[in-house]
Amino acid sequence: MDTITLLQHYWWLVISLLGALLVFLMFVQGGQALLYTIGRTEEERNMLVNSLGRKWEFTFTTLVTFGGAFFASFPLFYSTSFGGAFYVWMAILLCFVIQAVAYEYRRKPGNVFGERTFNAFLLVNGVLGPLLIGTAVGTFFTGAEFTVDRLNLANQGGAAVISQWATPWHGLEAVAEWRNVLLGLSVTLLAMTLACQYFMNNIDDEAIFRRAARRMRTFAVLFVACFVAWLLALVLADGWAVDAAGTVSIEPYKYLHNLVEMPYVAAALLIGVASVLWSVYLGWRGSRRAVWFGGVGTVLTVLSLLLLAGWNDTAYYPSLADMQSSLTIRNSSSSLFTLRTMAWVSLFVPFVAAYIWYAWRAMNRRPITREEIRGDDHQY
Amino acid sequence: MLSDYLSTVDWSRAQFAMTAIYHWLFVPLTLGLGFLVAIMETLYVRTKDPFWLRTTKFWMRLFGINFAIGVATGLILEFEFGTNWSNYSHFVGDIFGAPLAIEGILAFFLESTFIAVMFFGWRKVSRGFHLTATWLTAFGANLSAWWILVANSWMQYPVGCDFNLETVRNEMTSFSAVALSPVAVNKFFHTVTSSFVLAALFVVGVSAWYLLRRREQLMARRSIAIASAFGFVFALVTAFTGDRSGAIVARVQPMKLAAMEALYDGQQGAPLTAVGILRPEAQRTGGDAFYFRIDIPKMLSLMSFRSADAFVPGINDLVYGNEEYGVMPASEKIERGRVAVEELGRYRTAREKGDTAAITEIEAKFDRSTPQGAEFLREHFAYFGYGYLSSPEQIVPDVPLLFYSFRVMVGAGCFFILLLGLVWWLNRRDRLASKRWLLRTAVWSVPLAYLASQAGWVVAEVGRQPWAIQDLMPVGVAASKIPSGSVSVTFFLFLALFTALLAAELSIMFRQIKTGPKDD
Ligand code: HDD
Ligand code: HEM
Ligand code: HEM
Repeated sequence: MDTITLLQHYWWLVISLLGALLVFLMFVQGGQALLYTIGRTEEERNMLVNSLGRKWEFTFTTLVTFGGAFFASFPLFYSTSFGGAFYVWMAILLCFVIQAVAYEYRRKPGNVFGERTFNAFLLVNGVLGPLLIGTAVGTFFTGAEFTVDRLNLANQGGAAVISQWATPWHGLEAVAEWRNVLLGLSVTLLAMTLACQYFMNNIDDEAIFRRAARRMRTFAVLFVACFVAWLLALVLADGWAVDAAGTVSIEPYKYLHNLVEMPYVAAALLIGVASVLWSVYLGWRGSRRAVWFGGVGTVLTVLSLLLLAGWNDTAYYPSLADMQSSLTIRNSSSSLFTLRTMAWVSLFVPFVAAYIWYAWRAMNRRPITREEIRGDDHQY
Repeated sequence: MLSDYLSTVDWSRAQFAMTAIYHWLFVPLTLGLGFLVAIMETLYVRTKDPFWLRTTKFWMRLFGINFAIGVATGLILEFEFGTNWSNYSHFVGDIFGAPLAIEGILAFFLESTFIAVMFFGWRKVSRGFHLTATWLTAFGANLSAWWILVANSWMQYPVGCDFNLETVRNEMTSFSAVALSPVAVNKFFHTVTSSFVLAALFVVGVSAWYLLRRREQLMARRSIAIASAFGFVFALVTAFTGDRSGAIVARVQPMKLAAMEALYDGQQGAPLTAVGILRPEAQRTGGDAFYFRIDIPKMLSLMSFRSADAFVPGINDLVYGNEEYGVMPASEKIERGRVAVEELGRYRTAREKGDTAAITEIEAKFDRSTPQGAEFLREHFAYFGYGYLSSPEQIVPDVPLLFYSFRVMVGAGCFFILLLGLVWWLNRRDRLASKRWLLRTAVWSVPLAYLASQAGWVVAEVGRQPWAIQDLMPVGVAASKIPSGSVSVTFFLFLALFTALLAAELSIMFRQIKTGPKDD
């Protein structure tokens, strides 16, 4: 492999890892969606919100970093998808804006709109966030309606646009493909499953524990059903392959082939799925440790799925409007220089991660209790 | 419908500007208040006096309320580069994306951890650990400012890159040239130091309000002692970095400078207009653009080029050229730019026809390593963006907006030096509480600080028009292709949402201030 190819694969790995972490961290959204389901009294809801509230920044920052890293390493995706599937991305943005303030403002005196409004913001973000992101990510496997022509820049006047969307729906058409929706649903249900496991771990309260454990069963069963259906559809589906000259063509069973040709990815996927299932079993038995397995399993599963989408000469953003416009990690990446510079920067990440780990260990020694929520000085 | 009159570009500009303005309502306070809180907490850790703990927690609470909404608006900005400026994102993503990514990877993650420790760690981690987190929150916020300002500076002054014909975009050739360009370094220092001033005025203003009400007097006086000294020092630094900004603008963006000064005809030994009122545009021809003005002789030449007799080009020189001083007319730049754009068109045709001879010939022109290539890039590609313009007059930004915004900022800056110096001195002498007019002025200076800070960005950003990237890409070419109706819908959605959130923020903030510090 030459250096640029190696770096393209490295950066796709980084993006995939960030995406995987994001899906795991969306347990925050899952928990918000269950605010009224698991929290029956106001005090219980406050416990839930405060337990989630110490993590929401991470989910948010991961989303931000995912965006930034995608922009830096595969800028053509950024300009094609965000500018094209405009409505979808705008909807995603809207439902994250309302989240960021909801925690800090919901119970502050003088917040104008009242606690219920901010709780509603949390609910909307909790349901729509994972659903929309999941559906959008579905298009990595099913394709989207765009064309790319870089030399359009040679047109003077208004016709210099490089990436164009081929339907006036600007991204909304993704809902018409059932597999996208199925993935969206899976991500949402997974987020709720993980949220139940997280509450069971993070909050020291009998009533909440019982309700979370019960709900987890329902969501886990639904999730497994949706996800297995989606996964089966994926292995049976045609995919978009690129050859050495950069020509894109349809290949039957492409993703199945990817699994076979990249056994380590297949292994990661298997371990990931097994670990999620194990977490469900643990949660079912009422163990507090379920979330650890759920988390690791989610990260591995999503990571390997995203690697399937981009590695092994696959087009990770197939174009349905013009097959040769499809984006691959080769034709959409930054230059060698930029990828290399950023690779150096990424070496700092372990240090950042170590600090975060250390700080949270110091902070998380004890689970949240009712007493703490009554007495603490900074509260959501 | 309004959307029939405004194009997609205009709506996208409006949307981006609106988001940036809202973002910037919250960011400067975060940048500065972080340090002030850290200083107070240091005093607490040193003295173990519960008074300082209570004071620290009070200002920290205000910090938290402000912070949340800054985060929300920042996310939108980041994604708007893709959604609204799709062509732009492709054309420069190779350079522009890197600082954004680094900002996320290094700065935001650290910041979100430190902040969690700062807010929730009081009883969970040791005093020293907590104090470190507070300091690092302040540094982390300023570190993230660095990276985004690097990105912004690159748009004002594109360096460290080369055009790659094959990928049809600019690619980075030197990271240090991008990250340490003089524009970036100076912009960083001016932006953060002016934000420190804003935060200092915030603390002084709120404390002055307490003094006027005769409440929380001890906290107010001690907070003023810290904030006014801090603010006074940085107000001086701000004036200094602002002066450097002007000198740099004169070199890299002469049109911005000419428009800021409403200098239509260039001159040697140009005076600086201290105050003035502009005539309507149609009457601004000839020697006199002003109804009335007060000048400081030769000052503009001195500030811009550090020499009292230097020639400062005016708007007309830059548009129509000035042979005597070797200023190239915009029409010529347009010609040159068109050659570059047309060359790209020829390249496209050659590729479609598979005409290898033509392909090699054009590729050679874009290859810096050959003398011929270096010349083409210097003489033609350097004006690439002009190739999309249809008339020379298009290169003039909005003159009155720049002229007045600049004066608001600089006038406020000079006033803040006086105000903060005076408050600091009187407070030391214990004579502040009786000067009620001064306390009232301090309260009213808080909105003025916000106005000055926004005005600064208006100068920087509106002054860059019509360029998205100076000389390389006009805004019209930068935008995504989406119906203007859609952008107008999202514009109003965001406007309504941000305004509602701002109302909530202000109301919470005022309520917290009214309540005052709490006892543990
Ligand atoms: C990293 C890039 C960047 C940064 C840090 C900022 N901006 Fe900006 N701004 C842009 C990048 C940009 C842009 C995307 O490039 C725009 C949109 C169209 C244009 O020409 O520039 C823009 C336009 C733009 C306009 C409209 C100018 C016009 O269209 O006439 C205003 C008033 C502002 N911005 C204000 C701000 C404020 C208050 C900021 C403080 C946070 C700010 N900008 C930071
Ligand atoms: C167009 C330009 C900008 C973009 C795309 C942008 C992006 C962002 C994003 C995504 C966040 C949220 C980070 C999180 O998840 O915690 C954020 C917050 C922040 N940004 Fe910006 N930003 C821009 C301009 C600026 C400028 C000019 C500065 C300072 C000079 C700045 C300083 C900050 C700070 C200090 C925060 C922390 C939270 C707060 O706002 O209080 N940003 N920004
Ligand atoms: C005291 C004299 C001051 C001078 C001479 C000055 C000068 C300048 C100049 C020339 C610019 C444009 C830079 C560019 O386009 O690249 C600028 C921008 C700016 N100014 Fe000032 N300024 C002063 C005071 C202030 C004050 C008091 C504040 C706010 C409290 C402030 C906030 C800003 C901001 C936020 C920007 C945009 C960021 C940047 O471009 O650096 N300035 N200033």
